[in-house]
Amino acid sequence: MNILLRHRIILPVVSLAVLLAATFYMQPRAMSYFGLNLLFNLAVPIALATIAQMMIIMVNDIDLSLGTFVSLAACVTATFLNDAPILGLAILLALILSYALLGAMIHAFELPAIVVTLGMSFVWGGLALFILPLPGGVSPGWLRALMTVKPPFAPMAVVAPIIIAAVTHLLIVRSGIGTVLRGVGGNARSVQRAGWPVIWLKALAYGLAGLFGVLAGMALVGLTTSADANIALRYTLLSIAGVILGGGEFTGGKVSPAGAVIGALTLTLAASFLSFMRLSPDWQIGAQGAILILVLTARLIFSRKGAGT
Amino acid sequence: MTILAKPWLWSWLAAAAAFALILGLTGGRGAGELAYAALSFGAFAAIVGLGQMLVITLGPGNVDLSIPATMTLAATLALKAMGGEPGTAFAGLAIALGVGAAAGIANYALIFLLRLPPIIATLAASLVYQSLAIWSNRGLRIKPPEGLADFATGRFLGMPNVAWVGLALAIAVWVLLERAVAGRWLLATGQNLRAARLAGVPVELVRACTYVAVAMFAALTGYLLASFSGGAALNMGAEYLLMSIAVVVIGGSSIAGGNSNVPGVWGAALFMFLVVSMLNSYGAGAGARNVLTGAIIIAIVIAASTRRART
Amino acid sequence: MSDHESRPIVALVDAARHFGPVRALDGVSLAVNPGDCIGLVGHNGAGKSTLVNLINGGFAPTSGTIGFGVGETALAAGVRSVFQELSLCPNLTVAENLRISHTSLSGLNWRRAARAEIRQSLDTIFPGHGIDADAEVDTLSIAQRQMVEIAIGFAPRGSMARLVILDEPTSSLDAGIADQLLTHVGRFCAGGGAVIFISHMLGEVFEVASRIVVLKDGKVVAEGEADDFTRKGLVDAMGHVAPEAGDVAVTAREFGPEILRTGQGLAARKGEIVGLSGLAGHGQAEALAQLYLSQSSAWRADRTARAAFVAGDRQRDGVLPLWSILRNISISVLRQCARGGLVERQAEAGIAENWRRRIGIRTYDVTNPILSLSGGNQQKALFARALASPAPVVIMDDPMRGVDVGTKQDVYAMIRDEAAKGRTFLWYSTETEEVCQCDRVFVFRNDEISAELSGADITEEKILQASFAMQEAS
Repeated sequence: MNILLRHRIILPVVSLAVLLAATFYMQPRAMSYFGLNLLFNLAVPIALATIAQMMIIMVNDIDLSLGTFVSLAACVTATFLNDAPILGLAILLALILSYALLGAMIHAFELPAIVVTLGMSFVWGGLALFILPLPGGVSPGWLRALMTVKPPFAPMAVVAPIIIAAVTHLLIVRSGIGTVLRGVGGNARSVQRAGWPVIWLKALAYGLAGLFGVLAGMALVGLTTSADANIALRYTLLSIAGVILGGGEFTGGKVSPAGAVIGALTLTLAASFLSFMRLSPDWQIGAQGAILILVLTARLIFSRKGAGT
Repeated sequence: MTILAKPWLWSWLAAAAAFALILGLTGGRGAGELAYAALSFGAFAAIVGLGQMLVITLGPGNVDLSIPATMTLAATLALKAMGGEPGTAFAGLAIALGVGAAAGIANYALIFLLRLPPIIATLAASLVYQSLAIWSNRGLRIKPPEGLADFATGRFLGMPNVAWVGLALAIAVWVLLERAVAGRWLLATGQNLRAARLAGVPVELVRACTYVAVAMFAALTGYLLASFSGGAALNMGAEYLLMSIAVVVIGGSSIAGGNSNVPGVWGAALFMFLVVSMLNSYGAGAGARNVLTGAIIIAIVIAASTRRART
Repeated sequence: MSDHESRPIVALVDAARHFGPVRALDGVSLAVNPGDCIGLVGHNGAGKSTLVNLINGGFAPTSGTIGFGVGETALAAGVRSVFQELSLCPNLTVAENLRISHTSLSGLNWRRAARAEIRQSLDTIFPGHGIDADAEVDTLSIAQRQMVEIAIGFAPRGSMARLVILDEPTSSLDAGIADQLLTHVGRFCAGGGAVIFISHMLGEVFEVASRIVVLKDGKVVAEGEADDFTRKGLVDAMGHVAPEAGDVAVTAREFGPEILRTGQGLAARKGEIVGLSGLAGHGQAEALAQLYLSQSSAWRADRTARAAFVAGDRQRDGVLPLWSILRNISISVLRQCARGGLVERQAEAGIAENWRRRIGIRTYDVTNPILSLSGGNQQKALFARALASPAPVVIMDDPMRGVDVGTKQDVYAMIRDEAAKGRTFLWYSTETEEVCQCDRVFVFRNDEISAELSGADITEEKILQASFAMQEAS
């Protein structure tokens, strides 16, 4: 059992594999290039949003504004980035910087992140409504092309999450600065004692969250070709659930980027799986909740056993 | 202890300012109507806010994200059971409260038995409640019994009935927190769970009751709101998730727990409605409204934190 | 030899540090030269941690100066601290933790360099340690964590360690590993490094230290070559004095039947005052907390509690910081002064006022916030909370911290009084003098009861013997 404790990635992988096997059993035709693409259709933006949430959870905070932030990024992408790319890029950059600033502020004033991000969710949502009062906008052509590219062997919806997982794994788990960032979540005092400026580290973590939030918004527009101000509201809760499903914990800097991506894939697949089960659409959301509870229960049982031996 | 030091004062002042700004625009016309509307709509926010306040009082990490789903589920099941038949209002109320109690027990069971953080437990549970609501609703919009609808939209002594309900509950919660043994236990638990336990407070019982209470408050709100608006809708609770947390924070309760503020919740609930009306009457679009609301919440949090640092 | 090799690594001149009215460190002069191994001893609260924090740059001195041989800061001077409380990041691996302290480690292959460095350091200090550099710290045992922390302290980390401060480094190490550490400390000092070694284990101090500094009440009360001290002289200098004769007259009393006994062997009879002693952190506080939790429930509150608890760690276990003194006291008697679930505020205020007078809490108004009181008076409020409750057993976890002498005498008298009326007290204290007033004493060592003393056997000497691991270095 010790192996489970040591490699917390195993449980998320197993849950995804079980769910995938069940899906293929129910619907063998899904076992194809096209089928996989359909199963994981919206996985890329959810994975990116989950990574963004993970950056915040990594430093022991939580972001309740992520869904509105992704929506705002999507709105900017579908309007400014398409019509005036330079301006659009500048706005997206400013969004990332404001996230970093938010992180520094939360640290400096010792504010409760949950309330600040709650307030920010109104701000982001309001800005999104400014930009797109009604659903609309157009995805930039290159973005559309990028999101619908057909790589050999596996569809984009599968390849992209693997790339995201690999890149963020390098960034957060392998790199030196990523290690220090996780250290902030684990024991901020000892990081401070070693001479690191924790306020900058917090800003960096939030800035990274902003970056991945913006990427999530862009990816979403690339897939849906247009945007609206409420397009990604669900992402706040989905991203939190994804991080936890992927073996992350709310405190202590225990996060896993690969796990978070797998968690996001699991949530996406759960929705597809439930529709294959010909479960009435009424139950799909609830079944997602049930799957979430089941996986977390399984984790509890395994970690208890692990602790017992 | 001057009155200026009372944290609830600010939410009432803010509400009064918003009220005055609106009347300034209309030249004083429509004051009664505005106050009536604020009390009607504010009542719903106040009731869920009172529940959320109790949970937030439990200390850091405690929050109920299942409020919207519980509201919708309770309203849907109650209205379905009543089927618009006259004379079923109390049966419906009992059903709504029963649904609330069941949801609260389920939430706490997840938190206690599975050791899940309350955020994730109530989130996961809310997905299930949402599905139950969708399943039982089936897109039908069942009207509330006529008498109940009349009650929900009616008034007594010039004040909306729902506001009377909200007021009564606020007084009940205030008495609980200020006078009752249980309230003391709750406040002690929120300040320092370990110290409370070592002082003999049955902390798990307190936590369980609090999670049940918040769900029952949400269920009652759902029942009243559905009766008020002529039926249950699947998204009827949506805006109350952020609203419930916002009124607690603006009302002057500490997000760090152990300190709650009943009058502030009502002030904040009125303010949240009035600020939207104000921005509307000044011609602000939905976007500007939201941005300003968010900015106000953050400004209040920062002000509260600097006040804390000074003392 | 370059110039800085002969200069002191760190020199304090009349350094003081005050926290409000508390003089944690009251003017200390100390120079640490290369090759020194200074044994720093003193009781809890003597100012050792404050001194360490001044030297490593954690606090600035309130007055006096601190100078370093190299550079301006402790970090640049090569001063490293290994803290008593574990300061690793539990979510990171051993090598990654080195990375946190080694700020200049960079490049693509930092991981390999970090692994090699920590492995080498571990191999040097603790040969045959068996710690995987890629293991996450929270999968390691407490002893292994301590070893990692020590190894990081001695690792070069881009420059070199000149002075390593070890604060109770052996508290969780077994004898063999502790010996490895002591050997390494000797080697390190012989090579021109310096160590400040803080330990309650006097045998260890004598084994490694070249000089010994004794702190008491924030001042250096004795300092000299280690060879000039005897064990007894050291204990005397630290301030272990026998209680003044006649002050405490423990008369043999009749006790009731045994009313509790734990699996560990802790037992108490009705009306008895049971003391828990031994060095700080050897499991006494945990034993008492466990006992209290087993006597009460998180799910229901009995009308009459079976036990009451007086916390020593006020912030963590006792004070409800947002409340008034009144509410802090009355939380234990709410059920007694409530009718129909509502608190009778007059009854409540009466009880609080009564106890304020009896125990002498210095405030005119019990509705003042608890935090407006000094630490000692807060502690009195916690006493009042426990004594006011009708519980037959009172559990006290080092409750006299920060309480002045006069109050202590009052409280002792009150405790004896209550005991005579049939209440049972379990009393853990770090001050042996207090424990000597008990009817029976359990001495703890390494989370176990190492001795049970009663009657005439309760002496300073016997308690010390059972608590200090006086392993005679042959």
